[in-house]
Parts: sequence; C-alpha cells; structure tokens
Amino acid sequence: MNNFEYSRATDVADAIRQIAADPAAKFIAGGTNLVDLMKYDVARPARLIDITQLPLKSLEETPDGGVRIGALVPNSDLAYHPLIADRYPLLASAILAGASQQLRNMASTAGNLLQRTRCFYFYDTATPCNKREPGSGCAAIKGINRINAILGTSDACIATHPSDMCVALAALDARVHVTGPAGARSIAFADFHRLPEHSPHIDTTLEPDEIVTAIELPSKGFAKNYSYLKIRDRASYAFALVSVAAALEIDSGRIREARVALGGVAHKPWRRIDAEAALRGEAPDRTVFAKAADILLKGARGYSHNAFKIGLGRRAILRTLTQAANATPQIQSVKKIR
Amino acid sequence: MAATIGTSTSRVDGRAKVTGTARYAGEFNVPNLAYAAVVTSTISKGRIARIDIGRARAVEGVLDVLTHDVRPEMGSTDQDYHDDVAPEGGSPFRPLYDEAIRFNYQPIALVLAEDWETAVFATTLVDIEYEEQAFATDLHAGIDAAHAVDKPEKPRGDALKALQGATVRHQADYFIPPEYHNPMELFAATVVWNGDGKLTIYDKTQGVQNVQRYVCGVFGLKPEDVRVISPFVGGAFGSGLRPQYEVVLATLGALHLRRPVRLVLSRAQMYGLGYRPATVERIALAANGRGLDAITYDAIAMTSRYEDFSRNDTGWAEQLYTSANARYTHKLASLDVATPCDMRAPGAASGVYALECAMDELAVALQLDPMELRLRCYSDRDQGAGLPYTSKQLKECYRQGAEAFGWARRNPAPRSMRDGSELLGMGMATGVWEALQVQFASRIVLTANGHAEVSSAASDIGTGTYTVVAQVAADTLGLPIDSVTVKLADSSLPKAPVEGGSWTAASIAHAIVNTAADIRKELLGLAQTMPNTPLGGLKLDDVALVDGMLMARNDRSRAVAVADVMRHGKLDRIEKERSSDFKEDDKHAHNTHSAVFAEVKVDEELGVIRVTRIVNAVAAGRIINTKTAASQIMGGVVWGIGMALQEEALTDHAFGRIMNANIAEYHVPVNADVHDIKVIFVDEPDSVINPLGIKGVGEIGIVGVAAAIANAVYHATGKRVRDLPITLDKLDR
Ligand SMILES: Cc1cc2nc3c(=O)[nH]c(=O)nc-3n(C[C@H](O)[C@H](O)[C@H](O)COP(=O)(O)OP(=O)(O)OC[C@H]3O[C@@H](n4cnc5c(N)ncnc54)[C@H](O)[C@@H]3O)c2cc1C
Ligand code: SF4
Repeated sequence: MNNFEYSRATDVADAIRQIAADPAAKFIAGGTNLVDLMKYDVARPARLIDITQLPLKSLEETPDGGVRIGALVPNSDLAYHPLIADRYPLLASAILAGASQQLRNMASTAGNLLQRTRCFYFYDTATPCNKREPGSGCAAIKGINRINAILGTSDACIATHPSDMCVALAALDARVHVTGPAGARSIAFADFHRLPEHSPHIDTTLEPDEIVTAIELPSKGFAKNYSYLKIRDRASYAFALVSVAAALEIDSGRIREARVALGGVAHKPWRRIDAEAALRGEAPDRTVFAKAADILLKGARGYSHNAFKIGLGRRAILRTLTQAANATPQIQSVKKIR
Repeated sequence: MAATIGTSTSRVDGRAKVTGTARYAGEFNVPNLAYAAVVTSTISKGRIARIDIGRARAVEGVLDVLTHDVRPEMGSTDQDYHDDVAPEGGSPFRPLYDEAIRFNYQPIALVLAEDWETAVFATTLVDIEYEEQAFATDLHAGIDAAHAVDKPEKPRGDALKALQGATVRHQADYFIPPEYHNPMELFAATVVWNGDGKLTIYDKTQGVQNVQRYVCGVFGLKPEDVRVISPFVGGAFGSGLRPQYEVVLATLGALHLRRPVRLVLSRAQMYGLGYRPATVERIALAANGRGLDAITYDAIAMTSRYEDFSRNDTGWAEQLYTSANARYTHKLASLDVATPCDMRAPGAASGVYALECAMDELAVALQLDPMELRLRCYSDRDQGAGLPYTSKQLKECYRQGAEAFGWARRNPAPRSMRDGSELLGMGMATGVWEALQVQFASRIVLTANGHAEVSSAASDIGTGTYTVVAQVAADTLGLPIDSVTVKLADSSLPKAPVEGGSWTAASIAHAIVNTAADIRKELLGLAQTMPNTPLGGLKLDDVALVDGMLMARNDRSRAVAVADVMRHGKLDRIEKERSSDFKEDDKHAHNTHSAVFAEVKVDEELGVIRVTRIVNAVAAGRIINTKTAASQIMGGVVWGIGMALQEEALTDHAFGRIMNANIAEYHVPVNADVHDIKVIFVDEPDSVINPLGIKGVGEIGIVGVAAAIANAVYHATGKRVRDLPITLDKLDR
C-alpha cells in the first residue's frame, strides 16, 4: 500500500473540482474493492476523495414511472427497498446473489458498477497484466483462466466484469447519470462498460474526472416473469462462473418483451438485441430459448480452462428463461436450483 | 457430583473466546512495541543480485530494514535450525539467511517501524533485483524424476502377478492438489525484549517448547533466557507444528532493536508456509471370488528441494483390508517450492481418499454393494504389521452409520435416484487414523480450599484441550470442574511435545491420572496417620478422591475430607508433577476408525453439486467430552466437503505463483455449503491403550469424507471424477 492524502468532498461540485485537480486521485465510497486493490499495491492513488458524505443516498420515483437510485445507496438498502423488491425483483435478486451481507452493507451502487475485474493476475503485481500495467502482456490468456471471459475478448485481455447487480441493470435498460467539469450527462447501461479491445486498462466510458451520481431505471420492471441465476463454485460468497438475468413479458401465451443478460462471461454484462428479438412474439418454450441462447453465445471462444462456460452458459440461459417463463424465479436464499 | 468424563461439557474457555478476552500471539500489547512487515520473493528460484533498502529506510518512522546481508548473527548449521517436527535429513529453511531464493513468497527483507502502516508501506520501497534460474513447481512434470522414499511397507505375496491373473480389477490415478492452511488467526509473533537479555515470545504455535528450543538454536540463546507463550491458537491444524518464519524474524527484529517487536504475516504470505502436498495416488486393485486379492499402490508427492517431507499415504491401504498380495511404493518429486507440512490427517486424508474411491470403483466392477466389499475384506488385525488392534469397532461404525443414513434405501445403479431436477447420490467410505500417544508431563497444585491448578506446556489449538484437562483433573481429584484452573502453552510449564497427531487428549489425560495418583498417595499417607483414621490398611488403588473426600472405593462410609487431611498434615497445598508412563506397545496396532456416508444432490442440467447429508460414525475409544469431540468430527467433515469440492491452490507454473492466494478465491465451504451432519460415536471400550481407554478425535473426522462425497457424486451422475476438487466443469468433460 502506498502513502496517500485523504480529503472529503462536501458536495458533487466539490468532488469534481477535487478530482479534476488531481489526476492521481480516486473517489472512495464503500471501499470494499478499492481498499483491497490498494493493499495489493494494484491501485496507488495519491489521494482518496471520500464521497460518502455527498447527498446521493436517496431513492425516488421519477415522473415517468421509473426509479432514480442515488450513487451512494448501499447494495443492501437497494435490494431490500420496497420499490425495488416489488417492482424490480430481478435487480433485488441479483444484488442478493453477490458477495456477503457485510460487503453488501458497505458497497455502494456506483462502486458496484466500477468494481474491477477479479482476474487473478490483475491482483498479483509479480505477473504481467495489460489491465494493471498497459503493455506488459496478458498472463491469463495462457495461464489460469477458468474464471475469465469467453465473449468479447481481445488478444490484450480476457477479463470479466464480476458484478451481479450490473447484469440485472443491463437487462433492465438502466441509465447511468454522471457529472463532470463539462456538466451532467447520462449513459445507456450498454454503453457504460466497454470491451477490452486494445486498451483493457479502461473499464468504462466514464471520464476520469466524472462522478456517477445516480442510476435510473425505466418503468418496466418485469416483476412477474424474471429470474437471476448465478452458477458458482460454492453456494455463496463466490463470483459467478456464469450468471443469467432473464426478464420476460408474456401476453396470451406469447413473449411480448424479452431481456437476457449474462454475467461472468465478458468484460461487460453481455446482451444481444438479436437474441431478444428472436424471443419476441414466440411461445415461451425451450426451442425458442435455445435459439436465443445460441445467438447470445455466438462467437464464444474458450481458453485453456474456461471452455466449459460455453456449454454451461447455454444450459444456464435455458434454465433461467424457463424459470422466468414459469414465474418461478431463483430465490437466492434457497440453494437448490429451481 | 457426577463424573464429567463422557459428558457433553461446554468449553471452559468458551466465554473468553467469544467475548474477546482470550488473547492471541499478535494481540499482546507491551510498551514501546515496534512493528515488522515482510517483503517476500516474487520468483521461485535464483538469487538476490541486489537489494536496495535506501528508499525504505528513508521513510519517517522506519527504524531499520534487515536483509540477509544486514542482520544480527544467526546460526550457520542445519542443526541450529532443526526442530522436533523437521523431516529427517535435509536442510531446514533459514529465513533471511543468504541471497538464495528457494521458493516463491520466500521472506527476503524485514522492515521495522514505529507503526504497522509505516512498516507495510516501506515494504513497497525495497528495491530488489533477482538473477532468476529455471524452476519447476508442477508435480505432474516432476513425476518421472521422483525419487523413492526409503520406507515402503513390506510387500505381501506377488501383487503384480495376482493383478495380471485377475478377472476383475480396477486401476486409476487419483490426484489431490496442493491445499493450503487457512486458519482464521494469521501467523503472528510478539517478541518482548526484556532488557536483561531475556526474551518473552508470544507465538502462534502448536508447541511452545519446540519453538523455544528452535529459537535457542537459531540465535544461540540459553533456554532460561527464552520463554515462549501461546495460550490460545486460532486454528493451526498442523501449520503450527514446525516453528514458522514469523517467530524467527520477530526475534531477529527484537534482538536488533533491543525492543519488543510484533510481526503478523498477511494471508497471502501464509501461502509461503507449509501446505498439504499435491499427490498422485496410483492404485490398482484386483478381486477374486471372495474379495480383495491384490493391491498395488504408488504414491507420488511433491516436496521441496531442501527437505524430503513425506507422509504415509499408502500405509492406510496396507493395514485396512485383507488382501493376500500387496505392494507399495512411495516417491517424492523435489520442486522449487517451500517444504510441505502436516495438514489435518496428513497422508490419510489423501491416501484414504484414493483408496476408498478405488474400492468404490472395484465394487462397481464386481457389482457389489460398496459396504459389502469392505465387510468381505474386513480385518481384525493390522494387515501390514500383522498385529491385533487394541480395539476396533469399525463393523459397528458401518452398521450404525448405515442405519442412521438409510443406506438400505440406496438403489445401486448410478443415475437411478433423483429429487426433482436433481440427481441424488449416496456414497460411503471408511476412515482410519492413528491412536498415538506420547510422553506428556503435568503439574497439579491442590490447595486446602479445594481448588486445583493443572498445568502443562501442551497447547490447545482450538480443539478443547483446556476443557478435557479440566474434566480429567476434576474427575480424578474429586472436584467440581469450576474448582479446576488450567494453565497451558507456556514453555516454563511441565514438558510437553507439540500438539499434533491427535495424541494430546489421550497423552495428557494419562499424565494427569498419574499426577493425581501422586496427590492421592500423599493424602492417603497423611490420612492414615490421623487418629481413628477410617482408611487404615488401604492401599493407593483402594481409595479414590470423590466430592472433596478421600474414600474407600468399595465402602463410601470410610472417608475423610481432603481439607481435614491437609489440616492434619499442616499443608496449604500439595504440588506434584508427573509424566504419563507411556511405553511403546509393539504388540498391538493403535487406530481409530470411521464409516462416512454422504448424500449429494446434483442439478442434472447444470452440474451444481450440493452435499445434503453426511453421517460420520466414529470408533475412537472412550470419548471424554461428547460436545467438543463431536465438534472436532463436524469440523473435519466440513473440511472434507471443501477437500472434495472446492479446495485447490491454483499455481501458474510459468511464474511459480499461487494465483488464488487469498481467502476470497481459495475456496473453503461457507455456511450455505454445509447441511445436515450427523456424528455418531460408536461404543469402543479399550482397556489396553491407556488407563482411561482414550484415543484421539482431532483428525479422524476428515478421513474418508472426500471419498464418500466423490463416490456419491459418481452414484448420482455416473461420472467418476478422480482429480480433486470435483468442480462442476469436471462433470461436463
Ligand atoms: C470478497 C468479496 C466478494 C465479492 N463478491 C461479489 C459478488 O459475488 N458479486 C458482486 O457483484 N460483487 C462482489 N463483490 C464486489 C462488491 O460488490 C464491490 O466491491 C462493491 O460493490 C464496490 O462498492 P464500493 O462502494 O465498496 O466501492 P469502492 O471500493 O469504494 O470503489 C470502487 C471503485 O469505484 C469508484 N467509485 C465509487 N463511487 C464512485 C462514484 N460515485 N463515481 C465515480 N467513481 C466511483 C472508486 O473510485 C473505485 O475505483 C465482492 C467483493 C469482495 C471483497
Ligand atoms: S485477462 Fe486482463 S486482467 Fe487478466 S491478466 Fe489479462 S490483461 Fe490482465
């Protein structure tokens, strides 16, 4: 861990001023990811700007029937908030599939979006990693890559984004509100995280001097037909090998609207509009689910230890869509898969 | 007052532990404490070409930085670094000794600072240049060059010939990956420099006197100048048997600074200590009409280049089952890694896993119930040594375990049982471990107010030693358990070896029985000089201490109060110290046994495995405390679940680095992985082994669990995975 300065931001404008003044500074919210990275000497911020006092902790309904979630709402509060639990149970379920109760209590909404990959090499400064040290190489491609990505990878990086919550947010078409020196803007969730391409050290399209202020959910919550299914190496407190967020709107036996996002397989929550289009208008059965799964996994590439994710992902998609269609969502406190 | 032995007695130290008053090695606060932090190597083999401590030393608050070329004197012979548990021969690792790098995560510099944060920060400023050499860390690549360990068990018959001629046989390789200790308490030492040249050392260890001798060897100190204390240990399981480098480096720092120093290793640094070595267990079994006819068993384990660490993986197969023909080899592959160490049931956890999976596979080949196969080759004698057991109630374990589990409901065909979307599997395995005993000493001070203090240098590594010592002392002295105080794990107390091998309960109980007998003897002598003594003519064995009275065993009316006897003798206290008079018994085999039954449910589509039920029926002599003993077995079972499904250090052999060297990614079971565990203690009277008929239960609980689970996974899915851990991707291959 390095030596660092510590300061507190008093309001959003102050936070932006502080970060713009010091390119080596970092915001700290719950600290559950950033502090670990500092302990491993992976993150070496010269200054920590504590944003926990900012007024970004509220959760409100928006005029058009959606919900606006402050960037500092803790993951636990979000999952158990009645508006979320009732209207966006997919999001609540995904959050509760992640980490542990203690971590969820500390973790913030924005921090969850901006958590970094769990790729083993990223955490070990004794090994090469393009994400940590641009140009040093990617040790995972030929190394221990069982947890790494199968979709959207590049020769420079095969890391995944590890979040559960973000998979649900992607499926729900959330928007990310950010503010920077140039003012406020909002980013579609699909555009927030990026693929590694040739610059895997950049995870998102957020500018270094911008702050996330809120996440906005549109009105459609898919509260009836949804499921979040997370496949992992132990029943709790492990990152997803593969996870699926599925949300359907079924009307008179036909799928009217469909969303499917995958976690644990790519540098961002993985969605394909054409897979969802293939579901629309069809009767919800395994044949059409299989078609959607094939589209979602098109171009998937396995590496030495993670090729199993392709088959597993396909079966997990089928299962999750079945759970969603049957209105029997996976319940996170029950470990038997429904 | 009822006897406490054999009851469910809560831990006497339980309150101290849950309220935080129990202090651990890294928690002893003394004035003027300095803090240390370690820099570890990032290569597996080579030498330190240059090490620059300038930037680190310049940090405000840094007191000094020690390296192999800037440090106080240390011993220069292998003997100086020897400890009670070190492998025979070899050359023990010397922390911070020279520029050679022998394994990754090797300590190479020690920062000493006024506070911990400064010390840790300064470790990042130590600049190191290595000269790296070619290295090897992969057991699989080292198998061909493995060398034989010169203690293979003696062969029986002609196993190779019997195998060739057999109509039914099974042959396979089983693999156990390196597994790392992850005790909750990190490795830590606080070394107090007392000003008079004497040191008080608080260390996380399973043997304070072992550490005392070792530190004296390394630093050329006299035993009277080094006192080692370790009252509580937050889990050790074998990792604290040998002195670890934290105690050397903290002592080095204290001697250098002439002030107290604390060193707490990080969790990642723990991966530079010992571990359960990866092993390939190559087993071939042949059957004849009756049962097992031949065994060949080749175990190949990894070790370091500087020490041969080997445990008897094949020995369990040697003793357990009747087989006219048997042949064993045991090899070690020397790699550029730290020396492995003991980990709960070393040798057995691995060897019995392989043996019991192989037995299951043979039973499948024979179309025989797996328990029936084991009963057909059941042996009342240790097959290798040819000796009878002091006691062996394994048949009862099978019977009671099977009944409690509902084994009779099992349909033998794989994939034949299900529960909704899950395939259901039932598997079983035998467990076996040693019932070891060693020499322990104890001291008892009985005071006239009816209180006893029992002390010994023995450790309680979390197993419940404080409690069983209090129980045995209370019962043998005729006192309520609340009137007994127990002091342990201080090198100045009566002699005790390390706490390991599941030997402590039996051995220390024996010592206490003897010491209490000396007290009884003195009391009887005094009582017989009292006027009108009711105990006239009685011998030591005729009297017992019961409820504060010395009384005739066969006539409770002939009794005097202990307080009266002491008053008569004008004594406030009686102090005695004695050892167990344990003698090697080469006429018997000494073992504990178990039968483990596991139920798993496997999601048919996704391969997710859940261990829904375990029954572990254990025969381990007389159980002193059913509560702490059941906890030991349960802990072993939970560990077995981890061994079967989760535990594995993932080494990138291109770098020689363990890539999941943290408790988030090195998986052990969490609550949600643990369901119904039933522990049964089968009655096993044993009048041969020791006065109270006690064996140990610290290790037997894990043995066989991974095999029972692996066999259940096969039964559920029809898929045999022999490489641990059984992760869901392996079911898909
Ligand atoms: C052992 C362990 C297991 C875990 N398991 C899971 C799991 O199974 N599933 C899962 O989804 N997650 C898991 N997590 C990750 C956890 O969800 C994240 O660590 C957490 O969400 C991060 O939130 P935080 O507020 O603590 O972020 P911090 O650590 O405070 O910050 C993370 C990053 O976000 C930046 N940041 C924070 N807030 C803002 C803002 N408003 N604007 C701009 N930048 C900001 C920080 O600068 C930093 O770079 C696990 C974590 C641990 C340690
Ligand atoms: S996959 Fe990405 S994060 Fe992992 S080693 Fe390669 S570059 Fe680094």
